[in-house]
Order: sequence, then C-alpha cells, then structure tokens
Amino acid sequence: MKILVCISNVPDTTTKVKFIDDQKKLDVTGIQWVINPWDELALTRALELKDDASNGVQTVTVAHVGLVSAEPTIRKALAIGADDAIRVNTDPADAYGIAAQLAEVMKTEKYDIILCGIESSDHNGSTVGGMLAEFLDCPSVTCVSSLKIEGGQPVISREIDGGKESLTVPLPFVAVVQKGIAKEPRIAAMRGIMAARTKPIRVYEPQAIENFTEVLNYEMPKPRAACKYVDAENAGQLIDLLQNEARVF
Amino acid sequence: MAVLVYPENWDGKFKKLSFELVSYASKVAEMLGVQAVAVSIGSVDEGELSKLATYGAGRIISIENGALKSLDDQAYTSLIAEVAKSVSASVVVLSNNNTGKALAPRLSVKLKAGIASGVSRLPVSTSQFIVYKKVYSGKAFANVEIKTPVKIITLAQNSFEVIESPKTVAIEKSGIQPDQNLLRTKVTDVQKQTGKILLTDADIVVSGGRGMRSADNWGPLVEMAELLGAGTACSRPVSDEGWRPHDEHTGQTGKIIAPNLYFAIGISGAIQHLAGISSSKYIVAINTDKDAPIFEAAQYGIVGDAAKILPRLVEKLREVKSK
Ligand SMILES: Cc1cc2nc3c(=O)[nH]c(=O)nc-3n(C[C@H](O)[C@H](O)[C@H](O)COP(=O)(O)OP(=O)(O)OC[C@H]3O[C@@H](n4cnc5c(N)ncnc54)[C@H](O)[C@@H]3O)c2cc1C
Repeated sequence: MKILVCISNVPDTTTKVKFIDDQKKLDVTGIQWVINPWDELALTRALELKDDASNGVQTVTVAHVGLVSAEPTIRKALAIGADDAIRVNTDPADAYGIAAQLAEVMKTEKYDIILCGIESSDHNGSTVGGMLAEFLDCPSVTCVSSLKIEGGQPVISREIDGGKESLTVPLPFVAVVQKGIAKEPRIAAMRGIMAARTKPIRVYEPQAIENFTEVLNYEMPKPRAACKYVDAENAGQLIDLLQNEARVF
Repeated sequence: MAVLVYPENWDGKFKKLSFELVSYASKVAEMLGVQAVAVSIGSVDEGELSKLATYGAGRIISIENGALKSLDDQAYTSLIAEVAKSVSASVVVLSNNNTGKALAPRLSVKLKAGIASGVSRLPVSTSQFIVYKKVYSGKAFANVEIKTPVKIITLAQNSFEVIESPKTVAIEKSGIQPDQNLLRTKVTDVQKQTGKILLTDADIVVSGGRGMRSADNWGPLVEMAELLGAGTACSRPVSDEGWRPHDEHTGQTGKIIAPNLYFAIGISGAIQHLAGISSSKYIVAINTDKDAPIFEAAQYGIVGDAAKILPRLVEKLREVKSK
C-alpha cells in the first residue's frame, strides 16, 4: 500500500501578516515557512501506519505544488520520515490549480490513500482534498479524526455534529483529516535530517491550468473597540452590561 | 438562471444554520434578479421543507432515498450537481461546515466552478463577482473574484442573519436517484451525544483555559453556561491535559466558532487560540494578568482570579433569571 500526503507551505502560525503592493501581496519578509499544521499531523499518522508492518504500508510520499523556494519545507517532511516527495513546479493561483496539478501527476503515480489536512492556515479553503478526489473519481471522507487499516482496508472515524461515525471505504480514497488524526506532530531527529538530504524529490513541470479565482486585495480586520473593564469585586456588573449594553442575552 | 442552496438536515429537521443559508441565498438571488432554489437530500417531511420558503426559497426540490441516510461525498455531490445543471444555477451556496467542506470542493470540479469558502458577507459586487472572506485564520480578509460562469460559495457559520421573506411554493419531489456505484462509503456505527449544546450552534460560549488551574474547578463555569444556555469550550492545553473533552477544544487546530458572545476565562489569548474565536461578536476576558493579550481582543474584561469571579457571575445570573 502506498500513502500520499499533500502538504502546503505556510507562514508559521505566530506570523503577524502584512500586505504590500496596494494590499495585493503578502509581505514575506522575515516569514518563517512551515508545513501546514494539519498536513504535519496527516504525515505523522501516515508514518505511524507505516511503522506497524502489519498494516502493509510500503511508502509514504509527500506532494507539494509550489516553487523551488518551498524545498526546505519538503525536506523537513522528508526529515520527519517521508520516503520521497513530488513537487509540481509552479506558483498555483488557487486551490483548483493545486488539485488539478496533483491530479495530473496521479495519472502516472498511483496511491492507495491520499491524505490532506482539513484546511491550510493561509487561505483557509478546505478544498484541495475534495477537489483531488473528484478529479480522480474516487471516494473522499472529510473531517476524519481517526484512520486505521484492518485487513488491508481503511477503517475511519469522522466527526459529525455532536458525535462521530465509523465507516469503511474502498481503496483508493482521499481522507481529509482534522483534530484527533495524530496526537502530536512527529519531530525530525538528527538521523532523519541527514537522510533527508539524499531522499528523492521528483519535480514535475506544470500543466497549463486556467485560474478560477483571484484575490484582488487583502484587508486587515477593523480594530475592535477598546476593552471596557469591570471591577473584580463588582463582577456582577458585567452581566448588566452584557444584558443592557451589548444586548447579547 | 438561479441561485441553488443546499440546506442539510439533521434527522429530518432543519436548524438555524439552514435558515441562515437560505436567507443568504435568497439575498444573493435578489442581487442577481433570479430565483433561489433549495435542494434537500434525505428524508424530510413537507412541513419541515416548507419552512425553507419562509426564508425566501422560491423553489424547493426534495430528493428522498433510503440509501441517503448518511453523507457520502461522491453520491451527494453528483445529486447536487445534477440539480444545479437542471435549474441552470449560476451560484451554488453551501455552509462552510463539515458537510459543506465535504461537498463544495467536489462540486467545484464537477461544475468547473470557482469556489470561495468561508464567505462572511453578501457579494461585494455581482457584475464582476467579488466576495469577501477570512484568510490567515482571521488575521486578515480578502476580496476574491470568482471568474467562472458558475460560482460556489460556502458561507461562514453565524455570519449572516436569518431573514424572513415568505414565498408560496409547492414542494417538488425530484426523481433523481443516486448512482449506486458512487455510494461507496459505508457507515458502520454512529455515536452521538444528546442534550449537549453544539459548540458550532451556540449563540453563547463559555470557555476556560489553563488559568482554571485543574480539572476539578469547572463546576461554576459549567453552571454559568447552563444558566446562559451556552456551550462550553476550552483552550488546547486544557483538552490535552484531559481536563475537558477534546470536542471542546477551540482554535487553529480545534473548532472554529463565531458565537455572539465568547467568555475567555483563564485563557491568555495566544494567536492560535484567537484563530478559532476571533469572529465572535463580543469577547469577554477574565484573567489575573492585566497584560494578557486576550484583553486586546476583548470588549469587556475583568482582571482577577477566575475562581473568585465565576461564583459572583453565577450568583448574579441566578438573580437575573429568578426575576
Ligand atoms: C501549531 C499550533 C497550533 C495551536 N493550536 C491551538 C488551538 O487550536 N487552540 C488553543 O487554545 N491553543 C493552540 N495552540 C497553543 C497556543 O499557542 C497556547 O499555548 C494556548 O492557547 C494557551 O492556552 P491557555 O491560554 O489556556 O494557557 P496559558 O497561555 O498558560 O494561559 C493561561 C492564562 O490564565 C491566566 N490565569 C492564571 N491563573 C488564573 C486565575 N486564577 N484566574 C484567571 N486567569 C488566570 C494567566 O494569566 C494566563 O493568561 C497552538 C499552538 C501551536 C504552535
């Protein structure tokens, strides 16, 4: 069995974002780029599944659509333990572009389980996994919080409102994963970092794909009104304010 | 031409979220001078379906089939796509919730339609189709143009008011059936908590962080939530420690919510926590540290010990309630 994990290269979650060129472009000065947190957990789960030989996972591959500047992030995924990587050499215009490029690669490379994170922390789209599944005409399961392999078949838990569902699905399929899929992201050890230097990254040249959407400009959130303080000794006054001033209950 | 909206149902019932979606879709339809069409999948009775007309659905199409009890991404997508084509939908609206996240991206590929997810307002313009959405987990917003003839929008939860604009419509039972070959996911077990207010539905959320000090101190917080009819939530370290269940974890890597009122009690206000709650209309902070970053996000604050303040709030709420 072969697992593919799609990874997005995003600013570290503590980044204070700023925009330049008439608010059209992210100012990348000083930004620390990381594997999208969800994708890191997806990769961790894929590696856990591979660790247990009874699951029969032969390889874990990571895939990224982006320019060569993203290679440090790809190398990090290899250092954490992925066997090899795919990079489609283009700066994608939108999620559709990413999924379409990956789908092209999947015409020649076949995977049994494809993992994507529930959202990337930049555009918060929650779209690449589902799009890829539709391109590949295979099933998808979204909001996956647990993935196991039993008798060569995936056994999944997915979050639903107020609970969860257990389900099975035939291979190949796409799992869009969220909280619960792995506890803590796996960290690269020294040996992994050394090994990553020589692991293969297969670079594909992009297909021409029309962009469906375009970010015209960014806006910063409106500053919120300053905090109004209530004295701790007189805490009950807060309830009055919420009721009569904010009118929230 | 039409705006197609997919309000899902929960065991045959709609809820506020469904009506928000339909209200939004009918306003978009109004902007475009077309009709809002609602498609329902699963077993929903006529009385319930007709509620959608109250919020402006000009046509209601119902697809009923015993095989469609639980969500199958691929089968549901093909049904909605078929309806979208049959009504010549130029815009398709879904929620940015679990179901919308499962279906909208697949629909985008099937209909060759550009998608904007987590949209929080009516389109900025429709001649050039521009929508406004949250990016970078709430640290910024973007004006996004969707360039394709068919557009897909997923609406951020609790971002649009329910608006009544009653229409009289007959409910159309659709003959479209799911392709059995597409129904490939099999649900083997369902576990549901009952009675608990869903965090994503709650108008008020009372949330605690590490400042609650231990698993044993949550009594007054839970009581306050009960008095307010609120949901309970927590920061990540709290669920990691096992003080509270994992489904209460809010933030970048937990639930993303937008209640009208969010109480952050003993929560420092780390950027990853704010990512899950920054769209709340009002934030109240209770924290011993007057310099905690949560006060920058809050409209109301109390500097002090949660263990002392919570009982005072509970007492006051009881008083208010007894009146
Ligand atoms: C990739 C990534 C993703 C993350 N995702 C999330 C996420 O989804 N959600 C999340 O919450 N965090 C997330 N975090 C963690 C986040 O960075 C913070 O560590 C976390 O939010 C802190 O939780 P806290 O506010 O409960 O605890 P602390 O930061 O320890 O804050 C406790 C607060 O309680 C106050 N306090 C102490 N005693 C009292 C008292 N008696 N009464 C009142 N106040 C008191 C203190 O002054 C302090 O402000 C993430 C981190 C990373 C790196």
